[in-house]
This record gives sequence, structure tokens and C-alpha cells, in this order.
Amino acid sequence: MRYAYYPGCSLGRSAWPYEASTKAVSEALGLELEEVEDWNCCGASEYFSLNKTAAYALVARNLALAARQNGLKQLLAPCSMCYLNLRKTDHYMGKYPKLGKTTNAALAAGGLSYKPGSLEVRHLLDAVVNDVGLEAIAAKVTQPLAGLRVACYYGCLVVRPEFNGKSFDNPEYPTHLDQLMQALGAEVVDFPLKAHCCGGHMTQISADTAFELIRRLLHNADEYQADVIVTLCPMCQLNLDAYQSQVNRHFKTDYHIPVLYFTQMIGLAMGISPDALGIGSEFVSAGEALAKIGETIEAVPGGAPPRRKRDEKALPMPGQKGEA
Amino acid sequence: MSERIGVYVCHCGSNIAGVVDVEELSRWAGETLDDVVVSRDYKFMCSSLGQELIEDDIKKEGLTRVVVAACSPHLHERTFRRSCASAGMNPYLCQMASIREQVSWTTQDKAAALSKSKAMVAGAVERVKLHEALEPNQVPVNPNTLVVGGGIAGIQAALELADAGYQVHLVEREPSIGGHMAQFDKTFPTLDCAACILTPKMSDVGNHPNINLLSYSEVEEVTGYVGNFVARVRKKARYVKEADCTGCGICIDKCPKKVVDEVFEAGLGYRKAVYRPFPQAVPKFPVIDRESCIYFERGTCKACEKFCPTNAIDFEQQDTILDLEVGNIILATGYDLFDARKIPQYGYGRLANVYTSLEFERLCNASGPTEGKIVLRDGVTQPKSVAIIHCVGSRDKRHNPHCSAICCMSALKFGHLVTEKTGAEVYSFYIDMRPLHKGYEEFYDRLLEEGMHFIRGRVAEVTDADRQPGEEGKLIVQAEDTLLGMQRRIPVDMVILMAGLQPRRDAKDVSLRFGISCSMAGWFTERHPKLDPVATMTDGVFIAGTCQGPKDIPDTVSQGAAAAARVQGMIAVGSVEVEPVVATIHEERCSGCRICNNLCPFNAIEFLTDKAVSYINAALCKGCGTCVAACPAGAISGAHFSNEQIFAEISGLLYDVARGNGAKTPQPVEIPA
Amino acid sequence: MADATFEPKIIAFLCNWCSYRAADLAGTSRIKYPPNLRMIRVMCSGRVDPTFVLKAFALGADAVMIAGCHPGECHYLEQNYKAMRRFAMLRHTLRKLGLEEGRVRLQWASAAEGAQLARAISEMTEEVRALGPLNWPAQWSEEDGSIETAILQLEEEHAQAMEVAA
Repeated sequence: MRYAYYPGCSLGRSAWPYEASTKAVSEALGLELEEVEDWNCCGASEYFSLNKTAAYALVARNLALAARQNGLKQLLAPCSMCYLNLRKTDHYMGKYPKLGKTTNAALAAGGLSYKPGSLEVRHLLDAVVNDVGLEAIAAKVTQPLAGLRVACYYGCLVVRPEFNGKSFDNPEYPTHLDQLMQALGAEVVDFPLKAHCCGGHMTQISADTAFELIRRLLHNADEYQADVIVTLCPMCQLNLDAYQSQVNRHFKTDYHIPVLYFTQMIGLAMGISPDALGIGSEFVSAGEALAKIGETIEAVPGGAPPRRKRDEKALPMPGQKGEA
Repeated sequence: MSERIGVYVCHCGSNIAGVVDVEELSRWAGETLDDVVVSRDYKFMCSSLGQELIEDDIKKEGLTRVVVAACSPHLHERTFRRSCASAGMNPYLCQMASIREQVSWTTQDKAAALSKSKAMVAGAVERVKLHEALEPNQVPVNPNTLVVGGGIAGIQAALELADAGYQVHLVEREPSIGGHMAQFDKTFPTLDCAACILTPKMSDVGNHPNINLLSYSEVEEVTGYVGNFVARVRKKARYVKEADCTGCGICIDKCPKKVVDEVFEAGLGYRKAVYRPFPQAVPKFPVIDRESCIYFERGTCKACEKFCPTNAIDFEQQDTILDLEVGNIILATGYDLFDARKIPQYGYGRLANVYTSLEFERLCNASGPTEGKIVLRDGVTQPKSVAIIHCVGSRDKRHNPHCSAICCMSALKFGHLVTEKTGAEVYSFYIDMRPLHKGYEEFYDRLLEEGMHFIRGRVAEVTDADRQPGEEGKLIVQAEDTLLGMQRRIPVDMVILMAGLQPRRDAKDVSLRFGISCSMAGWFTERHPKLDPVATMTDGVFIAGTCQGPKDIPDTVSQGAAAAARVQGMIAVGSVEVEPVVATIHEERCSGCRICNNLCPFNAIEFLTDKAVSYINAALCKGCGTCVAACPAGAISGAHFSNEQIFAEISGLLYDVARGNGAKTPQPVEIPA
Repeated sequence: MADATFEPKIIAFLCNWCSYRAADLAGTSRIKYPPNLRMIRVMCSGRVDPTFVLKAFALGADAVMIAGCHPGECHYLEQNYKAMRRFAMLRHTLRKLGLEEGRVRLQWASAAEGAQLARAISEMTEEVRALGPLNWPAQWSEEDGSIETAILQLEEEHAQAMEVAA
């Protein structure tokens, strides 16, 4: 499967482990990623509030470049903000003809044009789970992450907003990443704040707001005794990881929960060395967590919890079938 | 001999006359159209004076055909047909042209309205010349009735018919009658115990000499027509011989296999593989659930058989098929609850102490899994605070747009029961409060006085992720309190979701089986939403209760009684008129190609092997006309909608294109003798 | 290029149970739509014989609409599927005989869809207005054999469709 690949600015800089791990696993997963030539920044969140026309043109340039590259029809973005911007631009150019015309007029100045709908913009997670498939991935797992408790954190942008009433996962309670981690053999904890905001750029603008949001996420992951938080967006990773010590200082808490990318987890499960996946450079060290799986290499069948004696008085949960 | 046609143009006050020049229309019809000998306009043709105009003209002017240009035939075709009949003219020689719903109400262009009205009248006039005098068929009505569904609606209908002296077959899919009402604890607003008011009726049904109770049975096929239906019922094998079973229940005691009871206990309790849904079940005979029974799975156990004192267990029992002949059918198949898992942010299925309304009823019910104690899912702890969320899956564009009618009242009822049994704080999150009927508003007042808290706002999420002290270990309900204008997070021990009422999962299949229509959602379609809520478009099939739409118990009982009354009316008259709009095959033209045979969904067309032609059973024919259009030899004619009549109508409608002024009737094709 | 003041004449066959009631509802709701469509009530869309459509064109209609209940909701259970099949064949035949597609339309409308039916009627009226008057006789000359050619082509297609693989 060939895809146009739009890494976005952070993957080249602070989120280089995300890029390293993506590249490391993509071949094994059968994803041919062709980087869009001469791509530019997607403008992240601020540009749209400053200058709409320029912002849409900025993003559309990437769409135009990708669309004319070697007959590619799918554009993958690993960063949730880039994903949202690209998808939004493509959708609105089609939905609002005036915007489409203005944007194309701007592109024309650079000798480019883009017909809305020519590309399908997708998040990397979507392609991994839906195109490669959980079964195929599970088959490639040589070192299941058995015994590792992971909290799957999606952040807010990857499943919201829905365009055309469609999003690749449930906007309130997504499950793709959970299923992926399960396929890798990890023990997925039920993380209720999985799609809640990490604060985004608030860390720069209003630290107090952002810290509270980050604290909630860390607190919740801690309550569920997660060993590691798995994420799919460089901003979320940065906020949860780089600011964790500041949050601790601010609230006088003591969280030490490493935050890794899902591609790094895939790589670990496929037996790729942590070095090659960019593990080791994170602020909150993943050493302790990974020691767990470094030790338990033999496969534990299905990772099923031990059979508990049924509590005589307890009422069955909905959907609990069969024998009492 | 040419016809003598009377044309009557109605003003309908200013509804028609305000847009269409009715006098001009009437004058034009009289002067321009062939064979029109009388042409009048009048303010209200449907009034008795208007009708008298027609009747007088028929008698005095010797009219042979009548055209009324007025409102939609769906409103007054019957009225004008009756007028003609009372003046001695066959009612089918009357035709209406709809110049109100289709002309005056849809355009403001007066010139266009007039010319379109002229076209409609010309079409009607051309058509009516070719109408034939038809006589409706009388068919007898079988006094037996089939009631499908043994909930309170079906029970009420069955009892009323049986008490009136008529035979009723009551078919119920579950092992016992009672329906959803049997699952409830108390009913609003009186807080009557549901079982106390229901079980006497259930027992009446079980004992009534005129009711043939077929429980654990389903209707598989229905053929026939009003007054003369045949319903094929499959009585599923209980593996218990009803003639021998005393209902002692030893088999249930001794059965070693326990499974989750998904149906009656709403997944909250357990039952055995051989079971009765609840202790007061009617009939009292237990049922062996094949899928959970150890004997059927592995061939061992048979504890029930060993211990049964009357030898009533029969593992070899087979399903029985019965063909019931009935005159009328009442469908009272009830509702299903919305699956709250579709709203994952409310945590149902994930967070232990989130319950649906039906689960909570079972919790409160004294014969439920906790003997009536309101406890958390651990089975032991009483909640100190309970949140009730309204409109789960109702009034929701993503799921069901409708309001489920009973949840507000049920929520009040739950609030009261929680307060009474546990003294816990109750928080009700609502959009609107809908206590609509007698005693409901007073019940709401009572709850306000009892100290129930009401927060107006749609709940955003139910979560266990605590944020501040006081929230640890609780379920936190986050909602916007629209009256205060702020977000609130309320930590509670238990959450009850008022899940909406939905049509049964198989409602569309059932409607097809009985030949009625249902809405896109699956609610059975009534004949008229205001004026005829228990009849359907299919004569002889009636609907009652929540299968028609969400409603409370008083309304359900009313509808059950109403349906029974309609059936009694049909039986009292003894026969029913079937519209003579049927198709006929002209033997001499039929080549026996049999293309028509498979086209009829009512199996009205059969092939006569001795004559090698097809034949239509007029009693089964519903008059759709598909076979008429399909016959390659043109051997089938459709009464009142013949090819010639429709061609004539087309040519009339195109009066201003085909021929300008001066209508000419196309000549019907001569059929060789 | 169609005449700007051309008022198309459209004949519509509506089934008694759904689409005719939808038209009634449109009227009751006082929804305004172009007066160019003239309605004929039949009991079911399955009653509509292709000859009705041809007759309407022959007598001067510019377009024909057939309206019925949504698939799955036919009052006579499944007859609108038969209407659907017939319509497919009819449209194909008419296309071969030189009739533009916009002149025949199959429209589903449930009894509650008055507004939608009115919208469909407006759409169709404008579409046919743009197509101009149907001038079928003028399209076919007795002399140049265009009718024969079209008929022969249809016969060939039919024969091919009837062929069973050996």
C-alpha cells in the first residue's frame, strides 16, 4: 500500500522519535510511505485565527503537492493537528465553493491547484489498524507486551470534529488504539479520559489551565495503574511528557508515567531495539516500565486474568453471558 | 348512447375559489366538454345542500355520471359516492378531481391554476365516461380473533372479546404472558404494584373458556383477507407435557445449570435452564431452554426428568404447527428498549454502577434478583446518592428523534422509590419534564416536596475519573445546569439511564408478515394518526399498545379495548364489504404464459391446469393492478382502473395540448367475441 | 436553447397510498410548487403500464413522473419493486428512441414526505423546462429511416440479452 506521507514540523524536531519509530515499523507493516516533496508547515492552530485565506492556502499547498505526486490517492499524517488541518481544508474547499475558488486562486500563484476530494486524508493510526489489520499485526508480534499496563490516550483532535458525520473511530469513546495495543499483547486499562484535551498550546499561553488538564490525565492514568501512556500526537506527547515534572511541582504530586508513541510500542512488540525506536530520549524515562516486558518474554496465552471465584452476591454486568 | 355528465365545482369557501375562478371553470366545463349536460359551482359541495344538488340533478336531469371538482378523494370520495347511491346511481359512476390539494393550495398563479383545474376536470370527465357500475362483494366475517402479543394491550383486547362471548387465540412468543409490565415494580402515578394489578388479568386470561392461550408460540405466516384469515402458528416445544405438569416447580429447583436471564431479569439476574420467567407466570408450565440445557448439550443430567413426580418432562417433544382460522387480527407486540451501549460516554456496560431503567425495575421488584433491595452491582452496598438521566437514546438526532413518553414519569417513580427504600439523595437530569396525564403533574409536585433534585441539562458524560476531593470512588455526572448557567459535576454512587422505547427489533418483518406497513423506524402505521389510531390500512388487522408508538399503561389499555371494540363491531355486522377494485383475467385472451402468477404478493393468481389459463381469486385480489400492467397479451383488466379509463384521463389532462378545445373520447378497443 | 416562457406539461402517476397522500400533504401544508404537473391516481405504482407513459408522450406531454412508496414500504408489499424493474427497461428503451433522460422520472415518496415530493416536482419542472418541449414527431422523419434504425438496434440488443451461453 502506497501512501503520500506528510510528517509535519514536529516530527522533524521535538517528536523525532515518532518519525524514527514510524519509519522503523512501516516497512514491516507493508506501508509504503512517500514523503510529500517540498511540504510546508500546516499552520497548526494559530494561523487560522489570524488569516483564513492564507491559512487555507498554506495547507492546500500540501494537498496540491501530494495530489500530483505519482498518482497517490491517500495522504497519511501522523500528527493529529496536521491531520485535522489537511482534512478540514480538503473538506471545506469542497463544501464552500467560494473558499475553494479563493484557495485555488492563491495556489495558482505558485503554479498549483487542488481539486477537493482528490485525496483521502487519514491519520496514521487509521491506516495501521484498518489497512494493515489487527490480525496481520498480531502475526508479526515476536515479543508480546505481556504484563505491560497501557493507557491509550487519543487526545481530542484525532476523532473530533467529524466531517460529513464520519470519523474513523467513535468521537466520544474511540477504541482503535486500545484494540491495537491488545493485539500487541499489552494489558489495556480502561482510561476514561482517553479523548480529553491535553491542553494543546495552552502550555505557552496559560500554563495554569494546561497544567490542570495534564494533571487530570496523569492522575487518571495513575489511578488505573498504567505503566505507560501511549499516544498518537506529538503535542499530547510533549505536554504529558515534557511538562510532567512542572505539573508535579505545581500540584505537589509525584507522577512518573512515561509517554510513548504507538509506533514505538509496535516496534517493541516486533522486537526492534528501543534505540532504533527513539526510546530513551523522553523526559520521563520509560526504563522502569519497559523493564517489565524486558523480563517477561515468554508469551502468556491471551493475557487473560486468573479466574476469580464468582462473588455470590454480585449482579451480572450487562452483556455478561452464559454460566453463572 | 352518450352519457349525461354532471360537473360540480366546489368553492370550498375561499380555499378553492380564492385562487381558481370557479364560475369560469364551471361555465367552461359545461360549454366545452362533450356530454356535460349540467355544470354547477357551489360554496360547499360536501354540505347536505351541496349533496342535494347532485341528488336532485341525478333524478331530474337523468344524469348517468357525476364529476365533483373539489378536495382530495381521500376526504370525500365516500361522501359523494354515497350521495349518488342515495339518488339511485351506482356509486362507482362518480369521479372526483382534486383541485384543492393539487391546485388551489399549491400555487398562487391564478391563470395557471385555472388552466390546471380545467385539465383536471377534463381528465375526470373523460375518465368517468368509461366507468362501470360495480357492486362491492360481501364476505362473511369469522367471529374468531387472533391477538398477537400477550402484554397488557393484548391481554386487555383478548379479555374484552372473550367476555363478549367470542373466541380468541392469544399468541405470545415468551413462555408466559405479561409483557414488559410484568417486569415493573410499581406503576406511576398511583404507585400501584404492577404485578398486583396485572396478575388478576393474567389469571383471567389463563382461565377464560373463550381464550385459547398459545404461549411460547409465534405466528409464522398469514394468508387470506378481512373476515377470513388463516394464521399458521408454531407452538415451540417446551419439552414439558402440559397435560401432565402440575406446576410444582421441582424441576426448576433441581436443575443444576444457571444462566444469566437476559429477557425477564434484563440481564441482572439468573435463571435455570428449565425455568418459568417469574413465579406468577401464566401458563404455569416451565420451559426447557434448549441452548442452555446440559442434556441437549452433552446428553447427560436429566435431573428434571428424574425428579418430576408426574413424569411430565419429554425431551423428544416437537414443535407443533397450527392453522388458525380467524376473522380479525390484533397486533399488540410491544417495544424494545434502546441499547444504552450506543452512548458510550454514559458508561453503560463499562462502569459497574450504571443501570438502565428496566434493570432498575428488576432491582426494585420484590421478586427480582435482590428481593427488592436497591443495591450497587456488588449486590450488597446501598447507594447514598443516585443520578437519573432522562432521554437516553430519545430526543436525540443521533439515535431516535422521538420522545418516549413515559421516561419522565418513570424517573419520578424511581426517585420516589430510591428515597423511600434507601433515603439516598436523588438527582434527576432532564431536558423537559413531561407529566402529561391525569395525576401526573401532582405526582411531580409530590416528588418536588420529597426533596428530589432536578437539574435541567443534557448530561455530557458519566465518568469515574475523579478530579477533586469528594469524587474519589464515585461516578461523576457532568452536565450543564442550564438554569444556573454553569457546568456541574455531581458525584453519585449509582446512575440510572432512562433508555428510550424503540420498536421491536423484528418489527419490519412482523409488519410484512401481517401485510401492514410500518414507519421507517419500525412503529406500525395507523390508518389515521388522530382519527383512527387502532386500525391499519389493511382491513381486518388492528394494532394496539406500544407497537404503534410509545405510550403509558392507561393509553395502552385504552387502545387494546378500542381494537377489541372495532373487532366486535365487525363481528356484530357479520359481513364486510370488499371494494370491487379487483383484476379479472379474460380466459379467451390468456395464453397461459404465467408471467402474472409470480407477481401477486397475495397469491391471488393461480394457474388452472385443465384449462391452461391463469385465474384470479377476486376475494384475495387487493386491486394493486400490477398484473394488469404486466400481461403481455392485455388479457387482464383492472376494474375501476382499466387501461382505457387511464388513457382517457391522460387525454383529458392534456386537453390543451392534444386537441385545443373540443374533447374527443378515445374509442375503447373492441374485444373479439 | 429552450424558450424562456416555455411551460412544460408533465403527467404524473401517483400511487394511492403513499405518493398521492404525499401530494395531498404538500397541498394541506400549503407548500407552493410549479403548476405544470398534472396528477393521475392509480392504486399502486405497479399499475403503471409502460404504454401509459408512451401514450402521455404521444398525446403531448413533455415529461412523465411515476411516484410510489419507498422500496420496502409498498402497501401491496412488493409491487413497487416491479415498477422499478419496469421503469429501468422503459428508460432504456426511451433513451434508445431519442428521449432525454430527464423526461422520465421515478420518484419515491412516503405519505409523510409532502415537502420532498414538492421539491422533486419543482426540480423536475425546471429540468424539463431547460430541455424544452418534446417534439418527438419532428425528431423522426418517415423518410430517412431513423426510426427503423433505432428499432433494429433495439431488436439486436434484445436478441443479445436473450442469448444463453452454450
